Amino acid sequence: MADYTIKVRRFQPESGEGPYWEEFNVDLDPSLSVLDGLLQAKDREDGSLAVRCSCRAAICGSCGMKINGQSGLGCKTQIGEAQELADKQASATGKGGEGNSIVIEPMGNMPVIKDLITDMESTHWTKIRRVTPWLLPHGEPPEREYIVEPESMIDITQSMACIQCGACVSSCLSMEADPGFIGPAALAKAYRFVGDPRDAETHERLHDLANDPHGIYDCTHCFSCIDACPKGVAPMDQIMRLRRKAGEEGIDDPNSGHDHEIAFVKIIEKKGTLDESLLLQESFAPGFKGKLKPNKRAIREMLGSIPTAIRGIKTGKMRSLHKLIPGVHKKLPDQDDVKAIYAHAEEHSEEFNLYIKGEEGELAEENVEKGIERSTDPDTAQEVKNG
Amino acid sequence: MPSHDVLVIGAGLAGQRAALAAAEEGVSVGIISKVHPVRSHSNAAQGGINAALNPGDSWESHAFDTIKGSDYLGDQDAVEIMTREAPEEILHLEHLGVTFHRNEEGKLGTRAFGGASAARTYYVADITGQAIMHVLYEQLMKYSEQIARYEEWFCSSLAIDENGECCGVVTRNVADGSMELFQAKSVILCTGGNGMVWKPSTNALICTGDGIAMAYRAGAKLMDMEMIQYHPTTLAGKGFLITEGARGEGAHLLNAKGERFMEKYAPNKMELASRDVVSRAEQTEINEGRGFPDGTVALDITVVPKKRVHEALREIVLVGRDFAGVDITREPIHIKPGNHYTMGGVKTDVDGRTDIPGLYSAGETACVSVHGGNRLGANSLLDTLIFGKRSGRDAAARAKRIDYARASKQVLEDEENLVADIIGREKGSGRRISEIKLELGQTMDAKVAVFRDEAGITEALETVRRLKEEAKTAYIDDHGSVFNQDLIAAIELGYMLDNAECTCVAALERKESRGAQYRTDFPERNDEEWLKHIDLERTDDGPEISYSEVTITQWEPQERTY
Repeated sequence: MADYTIKVRRFQPESGEGPYWEEFNVDLDPSLSVLDGLLQAKDREDGSLAVRCSCRAAICGSCGMKINGQSGLGCKTQIGEAQELADKQASATGKGGEGNSIVIEPMGNMPVIKDLITDMESTHWTKIRRVTPWLLPHGEPPEREYIVEPESMIDITQSMACIQCGACVSSCLSMEADPGFIGPAALAKAYRFVGDPRDAETHERLHDLANDPHGIYDCTHCFSCIDACPKGVAPMDQIMRLRRKAGEEGIDDPNSGHDHEIAFVKIIEKKGTLDESLLLQESFAPGFKGKLKPNKRAIREMLGSIPTAIRGIKTGKMRSLHKLIPGVHKKLPDQDDVKAIYAHAEEHSEEFNLYIKGEEGELAEENVEKGIERSTDPDTAQEVKNG
Repeated sequence: MPSHDVLVIGAGLAGQRAALAAAEEGVSVGIISKVHPVRSHSNAAQGGINAALNPGDSWESHAFDTIKGSDYLGDQDAVEIMTREAPEEILHLEHLGVTFHRNEEGKLGTRAFGGASAARTYYVADITGQAIMHVLYEQLMKYSEQIARYEEWFCSSLAIDENGECCGVVTRNVADGSMELFQAKSVILCTGGNGMVWKPSTNALICTGDGIAMAYRAGAKLMDMEMIQYHPTTLAGKGFLITEGARGEGAHLLNAKGERFMEKYAPNKMELASRDVVSRAEQTEINEGRGFPDGTVALDITVVPKKRVHEALREIVLVGRDFAGVDITREPIHIKPGNHYTMGGVKTDVDGRTDIPGLYSAGETACVSVHGGNRLGANSLLDTLIFGKRSGRDAAARAKRIDYARASKQVLEDEENLVADIIGREKGSGRRISEIKLELGQTMDAKVAVFRDEAGITEALETVRRLKEEAKTAYIDDHGSVFNQDLIAAIELGYMLDNAECTCVAALERKESRGAQYRTDFPERNDEEWLKHIDLERTDDGPEISYSEVTITQWEPQERTY
């Protein structure tokens, strides 16, 4: 048992007053959760303290909240850890000391109804419904089950693992700037259908989500939702997969992300290193054909990038002039090793997914600690295969 | 007054399935849930759903396993229906979009589960309940024109017309506190079980036995209320569930001496014997001093290949890490039996009909009975879906036959007065709701759990009756209308106490040991006197006991060994 002070941002809509902070002292084992702390305060001190909760085991998705500024689930955050973070944050701001208050607030990007209860209907569920969230197969179902690749089911089970808690929505920086953004949860839900081989409307879904100005290209790649998600759904990854599929469908990416990605891959494969001088043209006018007959967009983009390039040279971001001259980069001597990495990646083409590759996930974490990049180390990859 | 042909109360798997089935029949449907539907407790069913769908498997085998598992208290006609209709239901779910695990050929794949003679459990990693429920909710969104959703509306009483038929329900919109009488031709109770009566419990905080109590108060019979399942693998203290799938994948149970003790209790099925058997074995080890000092035994998942653990048991890797600080792939985790499931409930026939015309029930709220004295793992999801579907269809058929009865506004006024009374109680006028809840939970877990005897149950019953009196003056802090969770907790406490009283009365009455009811003072099963259901009906002096026959079709009771 230990004593904690939780500082809750409260709002009682019928009081006629604005939000205010209230501190509660609670006494519980450090391994118990922040939600347990809130419930203790509610049970012992003030039953009007409002918080949605049900399962206490991170499966129902009711208790999304911000703890020390971070979006997550109250039931999944141990109060002892929350205390450590609160103290760490305090020392970072020069306050220091121990036993700082654990700060608890309602989720962000949503109107607050009462205390920690937010209006998820207007901000979350409306957007979920926006992505046509049900399977749309063609024709009559088969007599037995649909026969599909086993991996395809495991693949979309990652987005099925979403419990609709809203933590990702709460943390989403794009949504802060554009409240109309369909958002991480709804787009992860969309991938669950786009990635489902039983769904017959993949094409329509992708065009719909790509053409919507608040759709898949509205994500700024900030990783907040990945950090916030308590279930490893990694919503941003699902959005990136949607973009990739959109690219494969020939959908024009206003950010050119997909073409850019492919250009990166091709240049490194060819040169064994990143020849930045080739990046722009490969992104917009790929291959010999692209250069022979560049389209309007390619010309526009390349001319438009000249000022950026000049600035790059001036500020030393682009270190030498020769990097601007296409093809000056020589192939590296150990290029065969790079090719081997490509060959391996091709052979193990499944994408990173905890449901398939829990162990690889673990290894990846360990490797990050060791400072090794998972995808570029053939030895580690070998280990994964054997594991 | 909002009116729907069919009104479903509760939006877990049984409720959602009932609503969809009723809507398919072309009637207007409303579904009411005190929490957002996807928060419902069906989420927590991790391991899977049983069906004899593989070539070489048969519904008869599934039925026999279920009946044997029930310790012959299950009604065999109902079990036959459930097991026969299971394969079609699995395929239906698959067609709707459930991402069931596939085998190498891309067909539906299975895993082994307790008490089953074949691997017939279909699953989605260890989030099967969640995966199915979210897919059904997708369908609710799809059919929103036919099915009106009342999300975060709480039900406090059933409306019964002058002919004794159910004609509606009193509800409270949690968001603004407004109360309304909803009119309906058929009402289906799918509010789940009553796990909160025990502490700890694997159940969610919302599992307060609402539907069981509402039906009981309206005059419907309850059945087999003594049959409360203790799950063999729950985290000590916190009550979190470790799926039976772990043992299905090969995990071992060990006592503190490192012995695989199930050898003594169930030499053939070992860890995969029925849940009541495994829970008793564990409790015996603990009681006889072979457990760990924290009152537990160990579940050793390290014997399961790591890759398989990550693929098939990911959720409990997270549970172990986040809630017990244990990496289950590297070390055993301490577990003990914990309250898990309500086998008993509102007595229904195979179409979900209760004793009150127009009132239906399905899922954990209901007692058809397919689970009898002990439910097999992965049969609960099946129960919710099969009898949810059947209730929905029958409720719709009734709605087509009859006109709306006139519901008396009196019931609404009564409820409004009750709410005003609770809100009006002065602070300090009695005990806190939370105190009474805690005393109830601890008493039931101590006295009406894995092992029971007359003295203990009697003591529990006396406590429950005292707490019922105390609840009448218990006060709350919140006097507002918006999200008054305090008020709802007070009403739920009343539901819990009715559930507890019925369980105690039935447990005291059944003077034998069968399934989850193990009486140390009557340690044998006694088919001659007790192969029958205990039915309870409400009177002002407490539950009145009567009995009903167990339906036996083709499986005569035998000695039960695993």
